[in-house]
Amino acid sequence: MTDADDLRRRTAALLAAHPPGTTGRPEFLRARFDAGLAWVHFPEGLGGLGAPRALQAVADAELAAAGAPDNDPRRIGIGLGMAAPTILRHGTEEQKRRFLRPLWTGEEVWCQLFSEPGAGSDLAALGTRAVRRGDEWIVDGQKVWTSSAHLARWALLLARTDPDAPKHRGITYFLCDMTDPGVEVRPLRQITGEAEFNEVFLTGVRIPDTHRLGEAGDGWRVARTTLDNERVAIGGTRLPREGGMIGPVARTWRERPGLRTHDLHQRLLGLWVEAEVARLAVERLSQNLAAGRPGPEGAATKLGFARLNQEISGLEVELLGAEGLLYDDWTMRRPELVDFTGREAGYRYLRSKGNSIEGGTSEILLNIIAERVLGLPAEPRTDKDAAWKDLAR
Amino acid sequence: MSGLLYSAEEEALRAAVRDLLDDHCEAAAVIARADTAEPHDLALWRRLAHGMGLAGLLVPEERGGQGASPREAAVVLEELGRAMAPVPFLTSAVVATEALLACAADGLLAELAAGRRTGALAVPLHVGPGAGHPRARLSGGTLHGELTGVADATAADLLLVPADDGALYAVDADAVTVTPQTCLDPTRPLATLTLDGAPGDRLGSSGPAVDRALGTAAGLLASEQLGLATWALEETVRHVKERRQFGRPVGGFQALKHRLARLWLENVNLRAAARNAADALATGEDTDTAVALAQAYASGAAVHAAEEALQLHGGIGMTWEHPVHLYLKRAKADSLAYGTAGAHRGALAALADLPAP
Repeated sequence: MTDADDLRRRTAALLAAHPPGTTGRPEFLRARFDAGLAWVHFPEGLGGLGAPRALQAVADAELAAAGAPDNDPRRIGIGLGMAAPTILRHGTEEQKRRFLRPLWTGEEVWCQLFSEPGAGSDLAALGTRAVRRGDEWIVDGQKVWTSSAHLARWALLLARTDPDAPKHRGITYFLCDMTDPGVEVRPLRQITGEAEFNEVFLTGVRIPDTHRLGEAGDGWRVARTTLDNERVAIGGTRLPREGGMIGPVARTWRERPGLRTHDLHQRLLGLWVEAEVARLAVERLSQNLAAGRPGPEGAATKLGFARLNQEISGLEVELLGAEGLLYDDWTMRRPELVDFTGREAGYRYLRSKGNSIEGGTSEILLNIIAERVLGLPAEPRTDKDAAWKDLAR
Repeated sequence: MSGLLYSAEEEALRAAVRDLLDDHCEAAAVIARADTAEPHDLALWRRLAHGMGLAGLLVPEERGGQGASPREAAVVLEELGRAMAPVPFLTSAVVATEALLACAADGLLAELAAGRRTGALAVPLHVGPGAGHPRARLSGGTLHGELTGVADATAADLLLVPADDGALYAVDADAVTVTPQTCLDPTRPLATLTLDGAPGDRLGSSGPAVDRALGTAAGLLASEQLGLATWALEETVRHVKERRQFGRPVGGFQALKHRLARLWLENVNLRAAARNAADALATGEDTDTAVALAQAYASGAAVHAAEEALQLHGGIGMTWEHPVHLYLKRAKADSLAYGTAGAHRGALAALADLPAP
């Protein structure tokens, strides 16, 4: 059984064999993966040791102290947070061996081809078609709101493979090669001025059947793994006090007494309390996860985080007074990182509006809590058993 | 240290308290009792205090108690809040006990811990940690004056009275005229104490004793608020699954589902804040901030839960026979007890370095 001492020995051995000072970044990361120190709770041979998840912190701390390079989790968030758990749970041995290592080292960036212009909250209504031809599937359709598509080497793709089946049952999950000539990525300029997301057009894209994840027609069940992990990944990051969006506002308040008013003070204190309590709720969720008791709070943290970010950034714009009327830069950029707290107050205010839409709208998440956690009756669904091709669109 | 989670021992304590309350604290009886001149259930209090040893939970073993920590007291308060049990645990086993722990009064402490006597701190219930409060006048070696809003004084035989000489005095309840007040929350009744030359034993300086008692009370009150909010949510969810209108359970309507899901979210946050305060009181780390944070959040969350419970119960929620009114009255009274949310936010302004203009 792996314990903290064992992990420290393994970490020391990795550092001795691959001194960070003289080892290149990709080489070190590959060695770390092979030593089972990438995500220690993953199985042996796949970057882990089958150890308790909580022990990861031990390895991370030792490696950080030694100045070892990291794999930039922010840049490869979709791969780490969504692709990895889905491939680990539903992939073949071959797929796990092929994809997990370059995913973790960041040599292959992932994106998620789920949402479509006609299927957002009602994701299972998606219409991108995949038709089987021998050992391949031919895919045609359009996806939207795809973060990182312009950087991604691989995509998680949901496509309809049986239009005669009810909408949840005719979907298949694929791993799509973004370098296929049929894949076209176009920037989608947003409310903030930048193009963080993309539209992706799929025209005659050829996906080998070996890149199907799970059974044909079983894609919705596979997607549930991705979606559940997405919500935890978006809202479940452990932070220190004032580590989130409340931090910049609190600093401005301290540094610029001339901006203070009594009304803003009361609102700031209220939001400070809510941010700190929400942070403790995430901390409690993490402690439960570490103790092997995953709770339903994952969906809760994402909801709370969305509302708080919007309220806090709204307050921040007001606090800045005349400066709040300015904006830092409307230039259309293509950011490499999604950073909700980056740039200035106006940007944070506009970007945070997406927090209650992306990764499941707040309204859908409230339904999920009401139905799965509280056990309240499900929404009436007239389309549930009808063939997808017969649904009104 | 279990951090923000519950330890196995804490869960065992919870189960034992809940069992006892399930058997001896029925809502109908609490409602009936609240309508009488004796709202406290002293038989239940004896079972909890003597039988289970809960009166001495916070008292070290060598001073006659159970040697537990505020974390365990918090779990007890969750269960008492959930059952709306009319017993003086918070006022005697927490507030009066903490005040005595700050003094060298081991004889009285042991009596309180054993459940032989029940105590009350003679400070109005709405006073929070660090706030000013009225004091009795010391004149000719005896205590004089009128102190109002003292919680659970009618159930106490020992009154801890702060006097204008800066000391805390132990006063026998028989030496004081205790007049019940008609209260918003009849299950934690308030009373006026009239001291007319009452003799008292000087216990020590009142400032540190009162601060310690009110700080612990404010932090642990969040767990009582968590208990009552949890009851409000669970009972309402149960009701809306059963109650049918327009041909289906009203809990199937999205407008209600979203309100209940939001309530659940607040409950998740309230649990984190309450556990954090209990843990901070146990470890002594970051205590002032954790307590102020818990009270700044818990009052609003608990009142909201009780108000939503009433609304979503419809007409039955407005009746005397349904227990939801007990929870609403307690939630609203709790939102003033040991400092309002606003007072605690004010404390946080200093603690978090976010000063007023």
